[in-house]
Amino acid sequence: MIVETGHFALILALALSAVLAVVPLWGVLSRDATLMRSAPSMAIMQFFMVAVAYAALTWAYVESDFSLVNVFENSHSLKPLIYKISGVWGNHEGSMLLWVLILVLFGALVALAAKNMPDDLAATVLSVQSWVSGAFILFILLTSNPFARIGMPPIEGRDLNPILQDPGLAIHPPMLYLGYVGYSMTFSFAAAALILGRIDAVWARYVRPWALLAWAFLTLGIAMGSYWAYYTLGWGGFWFWDPVENASLMPWLAGTALLHCTAVMEKRDALKIWTIFLAILAFSLSLLGTFLVRSGVLTSVHTFASDPQRGVFILGILVFFIGGSLTLFALRAPMLKQGGIFAPVSREGALVLNNLLLTTACATVFVGTLYPLALEAFNGAKISVGPPFFNYTFVPLFIPIFFAMPIGQLLAWKRGDLLGAAQRLTVVAVAGVVAALIFFAMQGGPALSAAMAGLAIFVILGAFVDIVSRIRAGSSAGAMMSRLWGMPRSAWGTAIAHAGVGVTLLGLAAIGWGVEKIAAMKAGESVDVGHFNVTLDNVVTRPGPNYRETVAQMTIRTGGAVVAKLEPSRRFFNSRRMTTSQAGLLNVSLGQIHIVISDQETEGPLDTRLYWKPFVSLIWLGALIMALGGGLSLTDRRMRLGIAQRARRRDNAAKPVAAG
Amino acid sequence: MMWIPIAVLTALAVLSVLWPLGYRRRGAAPAEADRAFYEAQVAEIDRDRARGLIAEGDAASAKAEAARRLIARHAEASSVPEGSTRLRRMVAALALIAVPAIGLGVYLNIGSPHLPDRPLASRGGASNDIFAAVAKIEKHLEANPNDARGWEVVAPVYLRTGRPQDAARAWSNVIRIAGPSPDRFTALGEALVFAEQGKVGADALKAFEKALELDPNAPQARFYTGLAAEQAGDAGRARSIWLKLVEDAPADAAWVAAVRARIAALGPQIKVPAPDELAARSITALPKEDQQAFIAGMVERLASRLKENSRDAEGWLMLVNAYTVMKQPDKAREALAEARKSLDGDKDALDKLGVLARQLGLEG
Repeated sequence: MIVETGHFALILALALSAVLAVVPLWGVLSRDATLMRSAPSMAIMQFFMVAVAYAALTWAYVESDFSLVNVFENSHSLKPLIYKISGVWGNHEGSMLLWVLILVLFGALVALAAKNMPDDLAATVLSVQSWVSGAFILFILLTSNPFARIGMPPIEGRDLNPILQDPGLAIHPPMLYLGYVGYSMTFSFAAAALILGRIDAVWARYVRPWALLAWAFLTLGIAMGSYWAYYTLGWGGFWFWDPVENASLMPWLAGTALLHCTAVMEKRDALKIWTIFLAILAFSLSLLGTFLVRSGVLTSVHTFASDPQRGVFILGILVFFIGGSLTLFALRAPMLKQGGIFAPVSREGALVLNNLLLTTACATVFVGTLYPLALEAFNGAKISVGPPFFNYTFVPLFIPIFFAMPIGQLLAWKRGDLLGAAQRLTVVAVAGVVAALIFFAMQGGPALSAAMAGLAIFVILGAFVDIVSRIRAGSSAGAMMSRLWGMPRSAWGTAIAHAGVGVTLLGLAAIGWGVEKIAAMKAGESVDVGHFNVTLDNVVTRPGPNYRETVAQMTIRTGGAVVAKLEPSRRFFNSRRMTTSQAGLLNVSLGQIHIVISDQETEGPLDTRLYWKPFVSLIWLGALIMALGGGLSLTDRRMRLGIAQRARRRDNAAKPVAAG
Repeated sequence: MMWIPIAVLTALAVLSVLWPLGYRRRGAAPAEADRAFYEAQVAEIDRDRARGLIAEGDAASAKAEAARRLIARHAEASSVPEGSTRLRRMVAALALIAVPAIGLGVYLNIGSPHLPDRPLASRGGASNDIFAAVAKIEKHLEANPNDARGWEVVAPVYLRTGRPQDAARAWSNVIRIAGPSPDRFTALGEALVFAEQGKVGADALKAFEKALELDPNAPQARFYTGLAAEQAGDAGRARSIWLKLVEDAPADAAWVAAVRARIAALGPQIKVPAPDELAARSITALPKEDQQAFIAGMVERLASRLKENSRDAEGWLMLVNAYTVMKQPDKAREALAEARKSLDGDKDALDKLGVLARQLGLEG
């Protein structure tokens, strides 16, 4: 009864989204306050219904109810509990349900904050969001229903794809979906602004938290996925320019530009066209990613669902929402009046440059991802656009961004002083050059790595120049402390997120200093990797809960002293007859030793790949720092949506408005 | 019992629409909220100026811009009326009808209200016992890999719990240790078929053939060799194997119906039109060698006639059949190809040709 209750709740959520998609919008068009205000309670109930459905499915996984096709195909009674729970989103049907759960969760959050928003805006946003969630619930019910039943349930399930039985993969999809779906929220806001014909700074204030939230989660999701690929797929790489990875990178690039645009729009009422366009673009690219991954157009580790019918359905959703919003955009374009005026050299101008570079970078990724697919569809030719394409197009676009980031932070609003900004950065620039030389002296070639590392130091230090100079303007230590304390959190957020970009860049720059060894090792043999010595002590076989693993027990030494023991392994999963590789990873300061073993045929030597990757952790630490910066901005006083109301209340009490 | 959650959830859903409609209220004038916002914005410009984020003169003009925006908003904004009662009643009626209608309508079509939950733990505890038992046997077999009895016990359990490869491995162990028997080979083959998702592969077929060597009557093995023939595209052979199987079956065998269904699923057997009766009768009267020469001559005549009149579908069917009977499959295939070319466009005839070709095993 639990399962069927979940199924029914999901269908009711569809019914509610049909009402929610129409009634509040109707209220807006007929200027009826009561109908407008019906949106929040429906949005919250919709969330409740989907939550019931999701909980029911999770229950079925935890209790191994194989009377559900979805559970039978993707679970196993002996699977550890965490993978029973994460298994819910480890397959197409369940992950779509998670997607919808997040969609309606965000809708419910908007509904809860609706008291502080203009009624018509809240009503329209929730209606548009309901179009999106309704489309996806329909998609689930018609093409990918996780509640499909088996009359005579088998006694054991087929198990989750072993490659997905990993803590990284337990976290990666929810993060990514929080990001993708977050952009559905900014999209709904953009569509609402176009429908209402009101696109102004007030609107930007309500959108900004969503742009930040989506961006922070998408950053974490991408970093998580990349780290997972790094330690699981077993060839030591962390980014393959795989179409599925690109599908997550494209909304990130558009979303990063959007994030900066909303800041300008909120503060200066400028860059309206950019903001609306980027909001539509970010969501369109999220949908495109979904389409590519689930339609069977691509085959990769992610394509657990390739079914033409589903592809056509998602394509329909894609065409409807992108086409609809762009039509609306075209109709309303004349309304996007020029807002605040600014000189080319100004904070606004710098952010326009940022938009141009980021969208161009996004376009190169788009071309590199879709051109081969289009060509194959057109004349069947299979071409591969690999890393070289992206290295020659994408990377050069990012170099100016790195240079411009600290400068932009120092430019004033409306009209800036480029020379003054450059002067304030002199110290940091010198520090960058010195750092490059030191890196070159310590690590040696290639020179490009050293130069990039220097640039990274410039970006990291440059991110804080503004804050430091602000604090140093204080006369005494006490004044400095109070200035430090008084700095808005969004200023800290900006500095930290920008520094995070520099940290990631440093990690990327260090790739050139990595060492790779491939060896056939017998027990007792040793190999030198970088300044480490790796000894294979023994190879043993061990049983796991639902697999058997072959483990290479290795000892890492440096200068004769034992640093650590590592156990890279290969796991064989019986029910799927599949093997996965577990890399042996050891963090040494910020670098990592990465050891992968391959299948051992007989008692012969063990094929082993060993890497020493200095500073590699910085790639993901940088992403964490970026997301942290985003989170910090989110807690800024200005972001609290109740601000307008509180300000009003203070006003009514006839108290002077305190500045600060 | 399923109606309780259905009723409760439907009521909640309807209520979420009706509840806000019960409150009559005027919308707050958006201008109010806007004013607070723009005031905050002006205050922020002051703060930015204090921090040196914007120059003095620019700050003044930025403030002026904000003020202008506020005035513009004031001009266009007005209070939203609470709306008409009629509209509200319409929406209430819509919610009362549409939400339950969509909910129940869709659910009764795609849901399974009669199916209970089947969590593993509640299924008589049987499965848990099975897994415990399997684990115990596996441990025992690891220590005593030559215990045929253990393998024989565990093999069918493997098959039932979705581990056909392990089942196959277990049966080959049984055969290796305890020696061959028709049943064991059949079980091995069956496990291999399961492992290949129902496809009778080469290994499986070998196992069935070994079973039939030991016991030519083993019905399961015979069924699977028929299935192998069908999967290889030889419908004719599959049909004859299964027909024979049904013929030999004991009267009370429960599986006969299933085999008959499989035979029926092979499709209709095409009746090849016979040469006219007079000719047929006179052939049987002839001695054997003459008979063959006569048939050969007749086939030749038929072939040359078809060269002239190539749209004769019956003639082609006869010719293809005749070559097959005369054990000249190459010629039969040639004729088949030519027939297809000649009868291009005649869908009915082409279908018949296809069925015949499958029946005679000329193609897959």
